[in-house]
Amino acid sequence: MSPIISISGLSKTYATGFMALKTIDLGINRGEIFALLGPNGAGKTTLISIICGIANPSTGHVLVDGHDIQRDYRAARSLIGLVPQELHTDAFESVWGTVSFSRGLFGKPKNPAHIEKVLRDLSLWDKKDSKIVTLSGGMKRRVMIAKALSHEPQILFLDEPTAGVDVELRKGMWDVMRTLQASGVTIILTTHYIEEAEEMADRVGVINKGEIILVEEKAKLMQKLGRKRMKLHLGSPLTEVPTALSTYNLALADDGKELVYTYDTKSERTGITSLLADLRDAGIKFTDLETTQSSLEDIFVSLVRA
Amino acid sequence: MNFRAVRAIYKFEMSRTFRTLLQSVVSPVVSTSLYFVVFGSAIGSRITQVEGVSYGTFIVPGLVMLSVLTQSITNASFGIYFPKFVGTIYEILSAPVSYVEIVLGYVGAAATKSIIVGLIILATAGLFVPLHIHHPIWMLIFLILTSVTFSLFGFIIGIWADGFEKLQMIPLLIITPLTFLGGSFYSISMLPSGWQTVALFNPVVYLISGFRWSFYEIADVSVAVSIGMTLGFLAICMGIVWWIFKTGYRLKN
Repeated sequence: MSPIISISGLSKTYATGFMALKTIDLGINRGEIFALLGPNGAGKTTLISIICGIANPSTGHVLVDGHDIQRDYRAARSLIGLVPQELHTDAFESVWGTVSFSRGLFGKPKNPAHIEKVLRDLSLWDKKDSKIVTLSGGMKRRVMIAKALSHEPQILFLDEPTAGVDVELRKGMWDVMRTLQASGVTIILTTHYIEEAEEMADRVGVINKGEIILVEEKAKLMQKLGRKRMKLHLGSPLTEVPTALSTYNLALADDGKELVYTYDTKSERTGITSLLADLRDAGIKFTDLETTQSSLEDIFVSLVRA
Repeated sequence: MNFRAVRAIYKFEMSRTFRTLLQSVVSPVVSTSLYFVVFGSAIGSRITQVEGVSYGTFIVPGLVMLSVLTQSITNASFGIYFPKFVGTIYEILSAPVSYVEIVLGYVGAAATKSIIVGLIILATAGLFVPLHIHHPIWMLIFLILTSVTFSLFGFIIGIWADGFEKLQMIPLLIITPLTFLGGSFYSISMLPSGWQTVALFNPVVYLISGFRWSFYEIADVSVAVSIGMTLGFLAICMGIVWWIFKTGYRLKN
């Protein structure tokens, strides 16, 4: 199946000389939820801005469902809904007014039933006549999502959708995303919350310093995630791992003062009990023990620091 | 052509105007009345007639132009600057609209508003002095052309401005002096001959002269020159707007 968005050789250099994006090549599959992770200033928002038409690229091309974003911008943009990171709203406009405005702007005929459905799905129906200035931060964010959905987009960009949103509301957003995905909408979300990517994404991309450094199926990343490390602080340092323990794939760390065991939490036997018994038999004593789990966050941090 | 988008922007801008109806409509009426009291009565008692027209009547076209110019620039510059300032511009830029449609929406609304204000001022003036318009069609043509041209000019200022100070600078420091010196309150022929030549470099002179001709058939410069200059300025503004959207100047970078 051809990707719904294909990005090739895309770069962006600002007038100041700052290169926000180096050569980006990326394909987004139809119907997937793609999570784009990256530290602040990595180029996430710049990338989204170019695809949506808010910034001009310096080089490269983007095709949205086969339409070039520059030559055929009308067809490309009418497929896309964008929810930016910042809460940009017309303070004195009503919720209903601003959402209807968005639909008109995208050239769609009036459809009060659709707007009502969007507002109800986002629990905004009872606020439809309220001025935006009177709403809470979480409601304003949902208004921005409603604006993006007002024109029935095929692709939805969510730039940090749950930043500053409480836990309950975040779960609500996730439900909305799942419903949209089920209806065939492709979702690209950027996030700081690794947990959100773990929960929602089909695929994960990591961007750093303007480059995509990893794109992988979340399931594959989760396999790495499933691994745990147990670290034993030894009473007296070892120079090498005793041959009696060779089956455990142990490693020495910190000049032989630490013994590290890596195991899979998902397997039936972690091997911890037998390891500890074998250690006792080998006469190796330890003063302390700690376990750490490698998370998507660790993978992310190690990628970004590299 | 995405007419729905043009309508959406136009409606949005007009509803912004109606939210501030008091400021938009009452304030020009009050200031026009003040001009009549100060200029019409105080000066008019000393200068009784200009080229066969009573002084109070003579200044009406200039007063209307003064408001139309400042209103057009202020409305249009604020209309596009504000979305840039609060960030809602993202939606306009990411929508399937061409720059022609964006300009039609914003400039159309700004020009509509200044035409309405111009007509209100004209009506207010009618309460103070007897008015007779010789060429009502030409009067409307001048009014519409000027509103559209200066709304385009205001749109350019709104895109160029990166702060409220710059937004105010051009109307305050350039347009107001040019209008006052452009023959709003006097005929260019009343100036010393050297200054008459200087005045011809002021584009506003041509606008007011042509507009006044449509009322009283008296003009400082020929009507054809007035129309030519207005159309020329309109063409320059259109050219700049085209360049702005082509390069994404201050919008997409």
